Amino acid sequence: MANQIKENLMRFVFFLSAGISILAVLLICVFLFANGIPAIREIGVSEFLLGKIWKPSNNLYGIFPMIIGSLYVTAGAILVGVPTGVLTAVFLARFCPKKAYKFLKPAVDLLAGIPSVVYGFFGLMVIVPFVRNTFGGSGTSWLAASLVLGIMILPTIIGVSEAAIRAVPESYYEDSLALGATHERSVFRAILPAAKSGILSSVILGVGRAIGETMAVIMVAGNQAVLPSSLTKGLRTMTANIVLEMGYATDLHREALIATAVVLFVFILIINLSFSAIKRRSNT
Amino acid sequence: MKNSSTLHGELRRAKRQALLLRAAVFLAAGITVAVLCGILLYILIKGVGHLSPELFALKYNSENCSVLPALINTLTVTFLSLLIAVPLGVFSAVYLVEYAKKGNRFVSLVRITAETLSGIPSIVYGLFGYLLFVTTLNFGYSLLSGALTLSVMILPVTMRTTEEALLSVPDAYREGSFGLGAGKLRTVFRIVLPSAVPGILAGVILATGRIVGETAALIFTTGTVAQVPDSLTGSGRTLAVHLYALWNEGLNTDKAYATAVVLLVIVAAINTLSAFVAKKITKGKTNGN
Repeated sequence: MANQIKENLMRFVFFLSAGISILAVLLICVFLFANGIPAIREIGVSEFLLGKIWKPSNNLYGIFPMIIGSLYVTAGAILVGVPTGVLTAVFLARFCPKKAYKFLKPAVDLLAGIPSVVYGFFGLMVIVPFVRNTFGGSGTSWLAASLVLGIMILPTIIGVSEAAIRAVPESYYEDSLALGATHERSVFRAILPAAKSGILSSVILGVGRAIGETMAVIMVAGNQAVLPSSLTKGLRTMTANIVLEMGYATDLHREALIATAVVLFVFILIINLSFSAIKRRSNT
Repeated sequence: MKNSSTLHGELRRAKRQALLLRAAVFLAAGITVAVLCGILLYILIKGVGHLSPELFALKYNSENCSVLPALINTLTVTFLSLLIAVPLGVFSAVYLVEYAKKGNRFVSLVRITAETLSGIPSIVYGLFGYLLFVTTLNFGYSLLSGALTLSVMILPVTMRTTEEALLSVPDAYREGSFGLGAGKLRTVFRIVLPSAVPGILAGVILATGRIVGETAALIFTTGTVAQVPDSLTGSGRTLAVHLYALWNEGLNTDKAYATAVVLLVIVAAINTLSAFVAKKITKGKTNGN
């Protein structure tokens, strides 16, 4: 009898624990939306989302430059990170000697473990001066941020793509060889197309990481709240906007920053949804 | 005659194409390795020389920029977050794997929300923690607020790794336990969970790595005071936040390099540990244990 009670009690405890994830997502939504939506309403949806001027001291809260900034930086990171990452994954899965793999795999894992402040610090000390000396300007720029983020998403792209490439049945490769194709051609024409959806998910995960990255971007992007006119000009992302001003913001300004997080959150939700849609489609 | 020459051309083209593809693949791998080595070497070379005993002084002041208080805060926050998130994550996984029926609505909702949680950027966690723990619950900028925020952040990690570990425990174990007359609960705690320990441990290490490197979620929850607070409700910055603060103050680049070295050493140690545990897991599997 006492045993039965204990069984049921613990079953209930397990059930409650499982519910924590749901509760957490609900709480995050409630707190962000409750604090952010009123500000959006007060500022006006189109003024907030499409307004080109962010000047809290003049009561101007347009986050359009930051939305574009986030998108630009993410696009740059994808351009830098995806080709390098996917080709490195091909190397690890199909070209790498076993002995070298033993060193390379932990190296990629280490790349994933390096904290974003360290990336930011490295970017500030190495990549920013490089951009400044090569292209002029201050160095803290769209280009510098794209390079740093491109490096940061490498481990995500490599890890997921490599798993996808390894999951392709060996017969694809062998059949292609038997038809007279070279090793390289077989890998690129037979295996890679079959791993397409896995590679696509790696790209989407990379987009999620890049758009949500904060600390490294703050340190190298320059943070001017204006639309960037060229690759070597500074820009400000949504994430940077929050961290830079949250420390001293009050009233509507503070709520406008939370509203920025709401917009970012919606972006992330869309990315998550497309990720699970791709995963579901490749499973069936 | 003509036929053989086109065949030759074809072959040469195929060879050239193969060579090009091969070059691209090797180049990309080379870039990845060069970038990693570049980062590590640069930070080590610039930082190791500035490691000094005073960097590990008991108290922080703007003169010595001691990392010791930040290190202690990192340990506290890590321990506290794990203390909250690991039981919750393990229990969630136990429910999903051992108790829930397949295709249950609740289960798919838990999975979707856990996936959502793992995709949320850390700055959003930071704001959420600030709004819920710092202001609404009135914990203030404190280690407690930070640890609570991070425990939500690492929950999906501990949950997923435990789930995988539980799924890999053979059903024969459970059946054997039931056959000997053990109840469900006893089976879970005595048979299933112990065999899943290496997998759970792998999740804990992964989560530790995330906590140690976290900055954005902590700035507005633990705050940025550079000392060890008297209690968990006091503000104190972790090592990663410390590095960010040093950059923000912009005065002590040398000390920042040294701090980055300390941070890298910790991350490398965590990674080595995790590789070691992963090896243990695969070894256990091939032995049929």
